[in-house]
Amino acid sequence: MITVIDYGVGNLKSLRNALKYLSTPYAISSNPDEVARAEKLILPGVGAFGFAMQCMNEHGLAETVVECARAGTPILGICLGMQLLFTRSEEGGGCKGLDLVPGTVRRFTGALKVPHMGWNEVVQCGDAKLLANSPDSQFAYFVHSYYCVPDDPEAVAGITDYGVEFCSVVQQKNVLGAQFHPEKSQEFGLNLLKNFAEV
Amino acid sequence: MLAKRIIPCLDVKEGRVVKGVQFEDLRDAGDPLELAKYYVAERADELVFLDITASKDKRPIVYDLVEYLAGEVFIPFTIGGGLTSVEHIREILVRGADKISLNTAAVHNPNLISDAAKRFGSQCVVVAIDVKNVGPGRWEIFTHGGSKPTGLEAVAWAQKVTALGAGEILLTSMDRDGSKIGYDLEITSTISQAVNVPVIASGGGGELSHFRDVFGQGHADAALAASIFHFKQFRIKEVKDYLRENGIPVRV
Repeated sequence: MITVIDYGVGNLKSLRNALKYLSTPYAISSNPDEVARAEKLILPGVGAFGFAMQCMNEHGLAETVVECARAGTPILGICLGMQLLFTRSEEGGGCKGLDLVPGTVRRFTGALKVPHMGWNEVVQCGDAKLLANSPDSQFAYFVHSYYCVPDDPEAVAGITDYGVEFCSVVQQKNVLGAQFHPEKSQEFGLNLLKNFAEV
Repeated sequence: MLAKRIIPCLDVKEGRVVKGVQFEDLRDAGDPLELAKYYVAERADELVFLDITASKDKRPIVYDLVEYLAGEVFIPFTIGGGLTSVEHIREILVRGADKISLNTAAVHNPNLISDAAKRFGSQCVVVAIDVKNVGPGRWEIFTHGGSKPTGLEAVAWAQKVTALGAGEILLTSMDRDGSKIGYDLEITSTISQAVNVPVIASGGGGELSHFRDVFGQGHADAALAASIFHFKQFRIKEVKDYLRENGIPVRV
């Protein structure tokens, strides 16, 4: 059973639809006690990093998620949820994240339009659990203005090129993340969710 | 590399697809979900549904439609047509649409753009602008299916809606719409370069080369088309194969 963490940011409808379509048992919770007991966690998220962290803290969820992850519970961060797994973000003048993956979240700079929105290629690196049974390179649907830079290059499980080559899939032991929206990335994204369900 | 997007557009009225879609292989070509699934399988990158339901009391039918689509469509989709309030927009988004598109309502009440962007994020606010060429180098915004001039100059309006929080512009050339003589490359290119959000070009696509040109000279980020796909003049795969052969990045 996967527990989707609902901390009041964004719309969970598409993710719920995707899990339902895959017949993956899931629950939605904003209760730290329930989250603490979860077998697996999905941390979704859209919007501003600082506001999301504030909501996580107000719900008493930040600490719980960190404890779960440290205890080995598989966790999948999606989009902003992946960014929250990192140590810090440059967004809004600098914010602290959950620090489950040492690294920084940076803003896209350069000539290309921001946000990075649309279908872009994810190239698999190493043994990416989330990308099992997918081609080495696949298109996924992205919407984001910041990107993750893990300190440890070994944590990079997927790379995407948007002016800069960035980490679009992260994997550090039980802590996993996808910068794109698997729930909107057709069979590639559904396969990623299925892989997580089977981790 | 970011792919250029191909987006089929479906007109729906009271929850049914209208404008004679010719798919003999579909059980029910009037069913938006059947068509949506067909286009998803064809590798459409997104879908746009324009609700042309005229009667106000039948509008809520679109809410059920969104829910129905969202359960099985796992690519982004946009709902447009007749959205006049933040409450309306919320009803559509909570049911699982990824984006909403504002047109006439944005012209009458530009604050709707900023209200929606603040509440739901710019990424889900598409502003549709319908333009007509009204003189050399001059394009004006029209509403009500191209019948009502607004006096608004197209480039200035595109910049204004972007400043208000539009996350994407759906640019339709009313001169070209249905003509199949090609997208209006001049206005598409001008607006694409005048704003920092993606531009979806619409109106005039009729040949494979039109798609190449709208992404090349037109600098569009996405191209929308209806009848050429609905009548199977081209399949999406043919368009994408052609674009790829011409060096344009697409998702295959």
